[in-house]
Amino acid sequence: MIKLNTPSSPHFHGPSTVTTVMLKVMLALLPGILIYAWMFGWGVIINIVLASITALATEALMLRMRQRPVMMYLFDGSALVTAMLLALALPPLAPWWLVVIGSAFAIIFAKHLYGGLGFNPFNPAMVGYVMLLISFPREMTSWLAPLSLGEQNLSLGQSLSFVFSGSLPAGLSLDALTMATPLDSLKTELGLNKAMQEITASPIFGMLGGTGWEWINIAFLAGGLWLIHKKIISWHVPIAMLGSLALISFLFFIIKPGAYASPLFHLFSGGAILGAFFIATDPVSGATTPKGRLYFGAGVGVLTYIIRSWGGYPDAVAFSVLLMNMAAPTIDYYTRPRVFGHGGGN
Amino acid sequence: MIRQLFRFKGGIHPPQHKDRSTRSPIQAAWLPKQLILPLHQHIGESGEPIVAVGDHVLKGQKIARASGYVSASVHASSSGTITAIEELPIPHPSGLSASCIVIDTDGEDRWIEHGPEDIPYTEMDVSHLRNLIRTSGIVGLGGAGFPSSIKLNPAGSKIDTLILNGVECEPYITCDDMLMRERPENIIAGAKIMRHALNARQCLIAIEDNKPEAYTAMIEACKDEDIEVVQVPTLYPQGSEKQLIKVLTGKECPSNGLPFQIGIVVHNVGTAAAVHNAINLGEPLISRIVTVTGDGVAEPCNLEVLLGTPMQALLDQCGGLNSDVDRIIMGGPMMGFAMHSTEIPVIKTTNCILAATESNVTAPSDVMPCIRCGACADVCPVDLLPQQLQWYARSKEFERAQEHNLFDCIECGCCAYVCPSNIPLVHYYRYAKTEIWAQEREKEKADIARQRHEFRQSRIEREKAEKAARLAKKKAAVKKPADGEKDDKQAAIQAALDRAKAKKEAQGVEPKNIENMTPAQQKQIDDANARRQQTDTSEQES
Repeated sequence: MIKLNTPSSPHFHGPSTVTTVMLKVMLALLPGILIYAWMFGWGVIINIVLASITALATEALMLRMRQRPVMMYLFDGSALVTAMLLALALPPLAPWWLVVIGSAFAIIFAKHLYGGLGFNPFNPAMVGYVMLLISFPREMTSWLAPLSLGEQNLSLGQSLSFVFSGSLPAGLSLDALTMATPLDSLKTELGLNKAMQEITASPIFGMLGGTGWEWINIAFLAGGLWLIHKKIISWHVPIAMLGSLALISFLFFIIKPGAYASPLFHLFSGGAILGAFFIATDPVSGATTPKGRLYFGAGVGVLTYIIRSWGGYPDAVAFSVLLMNMAAPTIDYYTRPRVFGHGGGN
Repeated sequence: MIRQLFRFKGGIHPPQHKDRSTRSPIQAAWLPKQLILPLHQHIGESGEPIVAVGDHVLKGQKIARASGYVSASVHASSSGTITAIEELPIPHPSGLSASCIVIDTDGEDRWIEHGPEDIPYTEMDVSHLRNLIRTSGIVGLGGAGFPSSIKLNPAGSKIDTLILNGVECEPYITCDDMLMRERPENIIAGAKIMRHALNARQCLIAIEDNKPEAYTAMIEACKDEDIEVVQVPTLYPQGSEKQLIKVLTGKECPSNGLPFQIGIVVHNVGTAAAVHNAINLGEPLISRIVTVTGDGVAEPCNLEVLLGTPMQALLDQCGGLNSDVDRIIMGGPMMGFAMHSTEIPVIKTTNCILAATESNVTAPSDVMPCIRCGACADVCPVDLLPQQLQWYARSKEFERAQEHNLFDCIECGCCAYVCPSNIPLVHYYRYAKTEIWAQEREKEKADIARQRHEFRQSRIEREKAEKAARLAKKKAAVKKPADGEKDDKQAAIQAALDRAKAKKEAQGVEPKNIENMTPAQQKQIDDANARRQQTDTSEQES
């Protein structure tokens, strides 16, 4: 007699798994990462490698301590995605301990102390980033100039040497390598009452956003659109976030173009595109109903503009995402879709 | 004219696997040595046996009658001798046993005298027509098995549209497909009878576009008929009644309502063919077409099977079970259930027997936590939030689950199909539904128990009062009138005390406001308690 299995229906399952979802997200990040590295040098890659190793090691450690199956979760890709997003938010030439502390904090405090995959109320990468930004403001704001603008370019060996020992080739100072980011310099110079046209005449400002940044953001945009096409993310969050950011910046821009940057500048500077497609779309910590995702994205966009324009930090995607994470359960509760056959139809 | 079609939200496109069972025409299944006919093959009350062990029955002879309005009769599907009426395993997800009539066939397959009524159905009283369908034991053959005569009774509603469901959206199943290809005229004939019974303005036949042969055959057969054959884009779970109505008419059937409330009735194409057999030929429902498929059998095909045939016989006819079979599913892979044995009989709702190997189904793999990706909500045809329901089911927050419309779930399995974390979502919903039903039953029981308790208390109280009154009367008769009056008073007080006590017990009331009492209040209470003690003791003595 053949032994018959009797599990309950459905007996079919589609091809999607958590790992394939995470792999696709990483794949979509790849073009942006490559162009980022092309523009800003080896530091970008070193950051990603360091963050990934730290994230996997802390993930394994925490799984062990929590007595969860290590192998099942370690390679689900979620820790790697967190590591990559955090690494992309860090300055391209950062000391190793900055990357390690940030990644470890993200995995331990923002993920596992809340119960691990699926249970974290806040986006772990953004928690790690904000912790670093508040604790190490100097290191977190020393951004390299894009390679096309900098006077000196570091080789892989020179980058590694700086990351691990802080030493630069003879005759080169960190100041010569770094410069304010476009968003940063906009904020400082607007504070000095300079006119917008005067500020944007600087070579760090390119056609759309900052020089170099616009290409990186276009690559992230392409990756994000591919994710929507692959149905890994829904269009709601990116469209709502970028739409609200564009709308509110447009309003202020037409009121007083001398004091406020253009919508295109806002969309293609800093973390707006990366945030819209890869960070605010984090399903675990975001809203999950279709209508809720629109509110969530719009909230992130508006908060980003407010903090960028009037807050204390030049970029604001991380803070906006974390603030909206807090609101996500409430948004979900009040935006439940109308169930089939429950009034209002036809 | 091309009909405007609508869309229901969500749905999935699982792999179809339909072509493997459509290569050969429908064949008659072998006559088995034994037929096992469960009394319960439909939704509603079980049938009631009207034969006894030892009786000889003929093919088509009624052996069990409907025992209520929502019930169906059962007929002998071949001639033979009743050898048992006993509990045997029936097709059920839990592997339950239930009453079955067992017939040892005599091999003659001899029909009882039968034939159509003398007058054509168009001249019959509609209620008589419905009754003929009812006594023929016809239930919905699409899978749910609801008695068809009830669905042909509009009960005062004006029926605008009769929809024949030839969608057959589940993978692997092809019995309706083959029926439409080979016997379209039977379906049309049945449809006309149904339409007559409902007095419906229009009649539509819906077929998914993955069945072009069936569509062509039905179009051909409908050439001279006032019946519209509609091809709909393939999308699971379009065969679900309410979803199909939405696609064809744009109307949404209310959540707790039935389609006839919005002027629509949906019947399966197989049911229509059975109605044709019953009315035009006088043959009750004794057989149906069953798809036997999956890599677990050598020769997948469609068989016309006598109801009650053990599934093993069909598997044998299709080349026998391969040794790598993993599970045997009655129905399709999305909503069908896996059976515990192959000795279970084919019943009226058995549309498919899927002998699935491990490669045909998804092997169980690790379940990851929900990452709230919302893929489930995107595919839910009812627009529920499956991810939220799953949380509530797991944390036993059943009220919240009901608030999130758990009972609107049709268990189609789309959510579990797309879940990247591989969570058995439908399993959680079934669990939550069962728990809620169990709680409701418990509550009902508790309500009944409380009512009985209260009744008993009031009876005891009344009897005590009567006893006290009798006693008082007796005493009054032997004592002086003045004393008697006093005794009466005391008896009344006693009865009142008893009543209060009984009431207190019944309600389980605890003393209230007993904190922060002054010493004087406490003393009063103590005194009262002491007096009460005394009365209790004296009562015991008397």
